Amino acid sequence: MIGAEAIIKCLEAEHVTTVFGYPGVAICPFYNSILESDIRTILIRTEQNAAHAASGMARLTGRPGVCAVTSGPGATNVITGIATAFADSIPLIVITGQVNSTLLGSDVFQEADITGAVESFVKYSYLVRKVNDIPRIFKEAFHIANTGRKGPVLIDIPIDIQNATLEKFVYPEEINMRTYKPTVKGNGAQIKKVIRELDKSSRPIICAGGGVILSDAREELRAFSEKYRIPVVSTMMGIGVMPTEHPLYYGMVGNNGKAYANKAMNDSDLLIMVGARVADRAVSQPDLITQNKVLIHIDIDPAEIGKNAGPSIPLVGDAKNIFLELLKEEFDDDFSDWISTLNEYRVKLAPKRNPNPEYVDPAAFIDMLSDKMAEDGVYVADVGQNQIWSCAYHKVKKGRFLTSGGMGTMGYSIPAAMGAKLAAPDRQVIAVCGDGSFQMSMMELATMKQHDVPVKIIVLKNNYLGMVRQYQHFTYKDHYSVVDLSGSPDLEKLSAAYDIPFLRVFNMKDAGEKLDAFLAKDEAMIMECIIDPMDLV
Amino acid sequence: MKKRIYSVLVENRSGVLCKVAGLFSRRCFNIDSLAVGETDDKDVSCMTIVSSGDQRTIEQIEKQLNKKLDVIKVKTFEEQQCISRELMLIKVKYNKTNRRDILEICDIMKAQIVDVSRHYMMIQICDEPDKVKSLISMFSSISIAEVARTGTLALSKCTEND
Repeated sequence: MIGAEAIIKCLEAEHVTTVFGYPGVAICPFYNSILESDIRTILIRTEQNAAHAASGMARLTGRPGVCAVTSGPGATNVITGIATAFADSIPLIVITGQVNSTLLGSDVFQEADITGAVESFVKYSYLVRKVNDIPRIFKEAFHIANTGRKGPVLIDIPIDIQNATLEKFVYPEEINMRTYKPTVKGNGAQIKKVIRELDKSSRPIICAGGGVILSDAREELRAFSEKYRIPVVSTMMGIGVMPTEHPLYYGMVGNNGKAYANKAMNDSDLLIMVGARVADRAVSQPDLITQNKVLIHIDIDPAEIGKNAGPSIPLVGDAKNIFLELLKEEFDDDFSDWISTLNEYRVKLAPKRNPNPEYVDPAAFIDMLSDKMAEDGVYVADVGQNQIWSCAYHKVKKGRFLTSGGMGTMGYSIPAAMGAKLAAPDRQVIAVCGDGSFQMSMMELATMKQHDVPVKIIVLKNNYLGMVRQYQHFTYKDHYSVVDLSGSPDLEKLSAAYDIPFLRVFNMKDAGEKLDAFLAKDEAMIMECIIDPMDLV
Repeated sequence: MKKRIYSVLVENRSGVLCKVAGLFSRRCFNIDSLAVGETDDKDVSCMTIVSSGDQRTIEQIEKQLNKKLDVIKVKTFEEQQCISRELMLIKVKYNKTNRRDILEICDIMKAQIVDVSRHYMMIQICDEPDKVKSLISMFSSISIAEVARTGTLALSKCTEND
């Protein structure tokens, strides 16, 4: 058995079903051996999207997504996708081919020091020097990627190592790493302290981040919130921790969040921050969440606790595990006054819009889309104004809401939606993007077509890079610079070129009917919504 | 600003120094001094890093170091909790008039002359980092040709719990 075959054996042992990638000479032994396996290969049209597609798949399956690209430009192209996954703690295994190991360091054709380049965006990386190390390295890599604070792991494999003969293939049963033992169980004394503080509190709130979803703790968080009647807000990555219309859920916080969610968080006397980084978009003034309130910070990563705000009670561990422990405790408190106050805020501080009837109103449209889409549908939001509207108006029921929160990578939605659809073929998967973000990933229409991945794409078209235009509107008094998207293709013709059905909506009058047609069949379709170029989030 | 000494046991593999140093620069942590060497176990290296910052930074440094998968153990201590030493080699230019002064400084500072030529002397000192620093300032009025320092090495003081 050669190294490349051993890699495939490792992927099979980890139950990998799909590999996203783009070949080149340095990864050719791998792509040659994968033909003998049942693992499906998806030829993505640019390497960055291989990582995004793997990310979409990982988020649906709860297991690391896998992509494999060649050395040099293949490897450097995938970096943005790795950084995107890293910022949102998404588990990935990124396999990169590398030049012959005897030539390493001599700047030969398509050599890039990829392990060096990605150091600050990966949880860990390997440069494989001995073919016999392959089973151990893959075993460790999958373990590292999907335990503790999850994240991408890169494995760089020189072509001669892929072709070298392995003495004997044994996939290790156990991992033996003295440097890696993440804390999963919360400290019992700290958990008791949380309950004591909750008992004293009269205005508690939970702010849930993406970590709750990553640790599969949505049910436990909801049970905890319902048991003690504690209201919940979320960060962008936390959208979907509770159904949007759950009476105890008060929306997304942050500078692009709901005013009443921010007010609720600021007015609370006890804040349980769980699986959230306390970064600037969610909490612009970390000092405020430590003033006049007890801050309880729950995170699997001890370095997140106290990084941006010093908590009163730090609690390191896995969110699911901790909520299960918290649910065992009892205390008697009534927060109904606080909840009625928050319900008043919800009405008083509801967002007000003044939509232009000539165009599709993104708010009303997304609201309508949520009502019409499948209950367990997957909504993938891109980046830009479209993302903020999606966060504000999409209503999660039993489905998922995926987006690039930490890195804000434009072009994420289409490849991530493909990954999600391949992970869950029975579910409806819709990517919602702007005309800027669409053009960053539109080459993947061919991938969708080639591999029959029936993703639905909605493009909110305003002929602008809207989010930046809006920023220039406020900050530079309409002094617009490099935000005009003139020259964009006619999407109807583009869709025809790819042989994908197309619909265009000009205003809200026929939006409902068109949406029904758009959602009717499980097939790929593109819908373009013409929105007011001057609209603001 | 508080000063801290981090004694970091790491896997003795290529690239680990780069990862640790990169962590400091990326997160804007100071490195006042960094010394690396193998321990009694050839698979383990010990990095001694002297850094400074406010309370939050000091805690973050330890936590971020612990996150690195090549880091086995991090021990953080204040200066008075450890014995610290630094080795310096310093080459000075001498002449008839300052030769006596140089010898006297060496005597006071317990520094040794390890090499000598017609115009130059090489002096070695192994002492607490502050002493090393003061030796440099004493020689600065003479004529320093070259200086090489190891950076601080430190181990926590001996206790019965060791």
